[in-house]
Amino acid sequence: MVQYRAPALDKVFHALAHPARRAMLGRLAEGERNLSELAAPLRMSFPAASKHVRVLERAKLVRRRIVGRVHLCRIEGKPLAEANRWLEEYRRVWEQNFDRLDDLLEEMKSQTVTKKPKGAT
Amino acid sequence: MKNTLKVVTRGEREIVITRDFNAPRPLVWDAMRQPEFVRRWLQGPPGWKMTACDDDQRVGGEFKWAWVGPEGQEMVIKGVNKEVVPPERVVRTETFEVGCAPQAGEQLATLELADHGATTSMTITIIYPSKEARDGAVASGMEKGMAFNYERLDVFLATNPSKPN
Repeated sequence: MVQYRAPALDKVFHALAHPARRAMLGRLAEGERNLSELAAPLRMSFPAASKHVRVLERAKLVRRRIVGRVHLCRIEGKPLAEANRWLEEYRRVWEQNFDRLDDLLEEMKSQTVTKKPKGAT
Repeated sequence: MKNTLKVVTRGEREIVITRDFNAPRPLVWDAMRQPEFVRRWLQGPPGWKMTACDDDQRVGGEFKWAWVGPEGQEMVIKGVNKEVVPPERVVRTETFEVGCAPQAGEQLATLELADHGATTSMTITIIYPSKEARDGAVASGMEKGMAFNYERLDVFLATNPSKPN
């Protein structure tokens, strides 16, 4: 059963809504990276990159550990799997709507006279 | 023959949804526009019941779709019809509300039906007020249970969050 109040999912989708953060996740999918490695291809300052990573951390998509002055980031797969499951479920509902519309259209076609309800345009 | 649903982003603020139907346009128009037909196929998520399906199809007329959930929660999609050209085009504004949550903003949705004789192709174009609204809607709109609203579902389908940019 799909849950409609889901603040954790809300954080995931907010985190994913920014292209820079999606790019960072793409890099992290390859393995652990430090913050400078994440910032460089985006031509971003260290503090700006750190701010984005903080959003990803709050969504539990990324885990950061600090060793001296190095910020090492690692991707966490589970919240993304949750988000995809959510997406898939909604896509399925939508496709079911259109499948039902297909069925209704078949029914309407098979009627020799389509009855128009009163007041129809 | 099963028709496929396609969803793409276009430019900075738009999302476009397309699907074909195996029926002539006047039938597709009626099935999509007459509330008694719409109730037959536009269902909410499992366990949700439609409580309102109203559409004043004149220019300036309001439409409203409402559902109630298993725990009494309310979901409403409503707006104003700006253009209605049967059987080919509807342009309307849309807003979405869940319970007491404030509206996330308003978008402009255009439904177009193209006549191909025995079949019809549907195109829905949604324009968001800004790039952020479109991209943000893709991510944050999901929590509010919009699957049944095909005009908003596009936002969910237009992003695959697990793929890097």
